[in-house]
Amino acid sequence: MSEAELEGILESPWSGGVSPLAVNSKTLGMWLLIISDSLTFSALLISYAYVRLSTPNWPRPFDIWPEIAKSSVMTFVLLSSSLTMVLAATAARSGNVQKAVNFLLATITFGVAFVLIHATEWITLIHEGVTPWKNPWNKSAPLFGGAFFGLTGLHMLHVTIGVVYLAVICWGFNKRKWTAEHVEVSGLYWHFVDLVWMFIFPLLYLLNVTPK
Amino acid sequence: MHANFALDRNHSRGNTKLFLTVWVWLLLITAGEIFLVHERVEVHLMITILLGLSLIKSALIMAYFMHLRFERLGLFLMVVPVIVFCACLMMIVFFPDSLHLTHLPQY
Repeated sequence: MSEAELEGILESPWSGGVSPLAVNSKTLGMWLLIISDSLTFSALLISYAYVRLSTPNWPRPFDIWPEIAKSSVMTFVLLSSSLTMVLAATAARSGNVQKAVNFLLATITFGVAFVLIHATEWITLIHEGVTPWKNPWNKSAPLFGGAFFGLTGLHMLHVTIGVVYLAVICWGFNKRKWTAEHVEVSGLYWHFVDLVWMFIFPLLYLLNVTPK
Repeated sequence: MHANFALDRNHSRGNTKLFLTVWVWLLLITAGEIFLVHERVEVHLMITILLGLSLIKSALIMAYFMHLRFERLGLFLMVVPVIVFCACLMMIVFFPDSLHLTHLPQY
């Protein structure tokens, strides 16, 4: 490539750093992570649906109270955390550091609350005798525990990583080490975690309610 | 170019009122899902409605909270079709087989 051609590329609307997608490299990287992660969750959810459909007498152990009530509270907590996250990103973009930090702290609190409620639910199920290999309701459907703990466990791991990630971003943004872009990109990850729950909640909880 | 780019991104990316409206809609849809389960709607109908509502919820989250609605069309075309295509591919391969298993004769 000649010098003139190279000059031409660098002076083009691409400008050597801005893509035609009009997002910065951090945002694009996060979108690529989200695409790959959503394929992981899609595969897991579809495998779960496969096992569920092909297993006669799949256990349906959840009642409206307390299991569905608890998972509904978890959904409310995650949706609220998404709201505070998007407000944090908006505040960060407008240069209001203190407001952004407060919203980030609220998001982290919601995230921790989600993990704690989820942990109590896991403990209850384990005390009832559910393990990844067996369940107390139907011995011919041993995959119930594996599917439940596998899917919710991977999601809980994502939430936990998200809480740590947001805490680091919150600290860095408060110290003016990082910019509003960092807050925005961490927000993308957090909203993705929320989005995945929108499929786990109906498939694993609502469709496993005990029939009347 | 960089200055214009930053200006472009800061322009019209939603406000508090819009985000609160989306959040209320998400909560209302979730309440609708729980109501369906409480009423024990017929299972095939329930699966269809629940998956439909989940898709609407995820579209709202992606469009407004993840700002996809305010990004260029190119980004949307890079992100969404590939996920939908791969998910459909998995479903086409798996579901006929799983449904077939439930109809096998019992020995």
